[in-house]
Amino acid sequence: MKRIKLVLLPYSVYASIFILAPLILVFLYSLRGPDGGYSPEHYLRFFDLKDPIYLKVLARSIWTAALSTVICLLIGYPMAFILSRMDRRYRDLAAFLFVLPMWMNFLLRTYSWMTILERNGILNTLLGSLGLGSVHILYTQWAVVLGNVYNFLPFMILPIYTVLIKIDQSLVEAAQDLGASRSKVFFRVVFPLSVPGVVSGVSMTFMPAVTTFIISRLLGGGGNALIGDLIENQFKTANNWGFGSAMSVILMLLILAAMNIMRKYEGESREGSVLM
Amino acid sequence: MADSLIRLEHISKNFGGKEVLSSIHLSVRDKEFVTLLGPSGCGKTTTLRIIGGFESPDTGEVYFDGKKINDVPPYARQVNTIFQRYALFPHLDVFDNVAFGLHIAKRPKDEIARRVREMLRLVNLSGYEDRDVASLSGGEQQRVAIARALVNHPRVLLLDEPLGALDLKLRKEMQTELKAIQVALGITFIYVTHDQEEALTMSDTVVVMNKGRIQQIGTPIGIYNEPINAFVADFIGESNIVPGVMNEDLVCSFFGKTFECTDTGFSRDEEVDIVIRPEDLKMIPPESAPITGVVETVVFKGVHYEMTVRSPSFTWLVQSTIPEVVGTSVGLEVAPFDIHVMKKGGAENEAD
Repeated sequence: MKRIKLVLLPYSVYASIFILAPLILVFLYSLRGPDGGYSPEHYLRFFDLKDPIYLKVLARSIWTAALSTVICLLIGYPMAFILSRMDRRYRDLAAFLFVLPMWMNFLLRTYSWMTILERNGILNTLLGSLGLGSVHILYTQWAVVLGNVYNFLPFMILPIYTVLIKIDQSLVEAAQDLGASRSKVFFRVVFPLSVPGVVSGVSMTFMPAVTTFIISRLLGGGGNALIGDLIENQFKTANNWGFGSAMSVILMLLILAAMNIMRKYEGESREGSVLM
Repeated sequence: MADSLIRLEHISKNFGGKEVLSSIHLSVRDKEFVTLLGPSGCGKTTTLRIIGGFESPDTGEVYFDGKKINDVPPYARQVNTIFQRYALFPHLDVFDNVAFGLHIAKRPKDEIARRVREMLRLVNLSGYEDRDVASLSGGEQQRVAIARALVNHPRVLLLDEPLGALDLKLRKEMQTELKAIQVALGITFIYVTHDQEEALTMSDTVVVMNKGRIQQIGTPIGIYNEPINAFVADFIGESNIVPGVMNEDLVCSFFGKTFECTDTGFSRDEEVDIVIRPEDLKMIPPESAPITGVVETVVFKGVHYEMTVRSPSFTWLVQSTIPEVVGTSVGLEVAPFDIHVMKKGGAENEAD
């Protein structure tokens, strides 16, 4: 027992300096008014129902992130399923190819979408040459969703893929043996057993999507600011650390609540996932 | 054969260029307990999986009740399987595991509840309905797997080494129980095992396999007493297998001595394998004995002693309830009907 505590010591020191202390600081900042005293005014300002601009941004952030997550799930689950069914020799390579774009710089990837989507960009040039007119996607909410999906899809695919390849093939055979057709095997055995991967994938996609500010700023323009943009703005432009901190705390609590709800679903299927 | 429920004809199967089954012919009657017995890699599990529909044969036909079922998927076959490691669904409790097949078949709720409870009672798991399958012991998981398969009233139950993971005592109990269930429900069992004792205890018919071929098909007693070749003799129980010559009908010789035997139908002076079971060798004083040797080892086995007797040309395995002292010179004799003469390398299905 003592030895275990000794081994844990460096991690506890690390955790208190780099995790616990910043959290406490952020929380303290969020309660500090302009006069230096403690007050809940930042929170009241955020939740002001007479002028709910911040709540609207929060709602937009959640909506955009949820939409991106759902699209990631709809694309990612079948993709992970197909990957898991591939020949053992090729599937790891194929999974690797899906992660490969992640090795490129995040900003670069997002900027490249700007050149694709902008008014005279690659997409519209292509559509124009086909005589299909042009579309205005850049600086809309859809551009943000597109950026999210593109950037976070691997985080959806990988955990689901990992869980799927671990499902014992004899369970599939047992289900077939008991009369289940292919679709029934999927819905009654494979999908329920893959829920931990889905929960993992959803949280790994939803969390960065709800807090992002780069994607929304580059692809969404000024009109589609998300909560992440507001927080960044408070720290870097408005110089109101207190309000920025308060919004961070609110966002954090929101994610915590969301994770708890998902953990309930995961608890039913037991197997551990990556994040929780 | 008109009364066969399952019939395999000319079945062969390759995996990656390696032949695992070669021209298998097998016919299983309704309500029969058939055991596929053989060492690992002999093709017994592959044969079972072909009947279950999990593998398709490269050549040959599978018939069920007279109809060819080669292309019928597993879910549409009237067979259920008990898998080697049970393959219980970890996300379902005991009740839902057993009810799985009935749910798929869309049976009414009250019927499902009644049949599941009935089946759990049959396998002595009443009261386990809400238990998590991961919390069960190996023996209990085994019973759930049995209940899950039998609740669907299959015509045929396939069992792939179902008792392999259990300890000896539990295994013996389950052997008796499985046999009782099979008789009570009147279901055809096709049972795969490498344990010869298990095969002899439970089966109506034993199918001994080796290297993808059927070596012999017969009743447990028939297979034990009249093994068709040295492999079967060696695999089923312990044996002394020695090279010999069939001089003429009813006379054979080995190691230069001539013996009376009960076999006929060999060509004159044909080279054969002679099999003598260790319990059929009797120790007598060396003076008048046809075989003599020196007791080399004595091992107590519980019911009997197992001894090796070294003679100039062969070391004999002998079982007796009376031990001898190591180093004693002894004689061995064997009754004519205990000398089993076998064609060299012969097997059933060999004609193809």
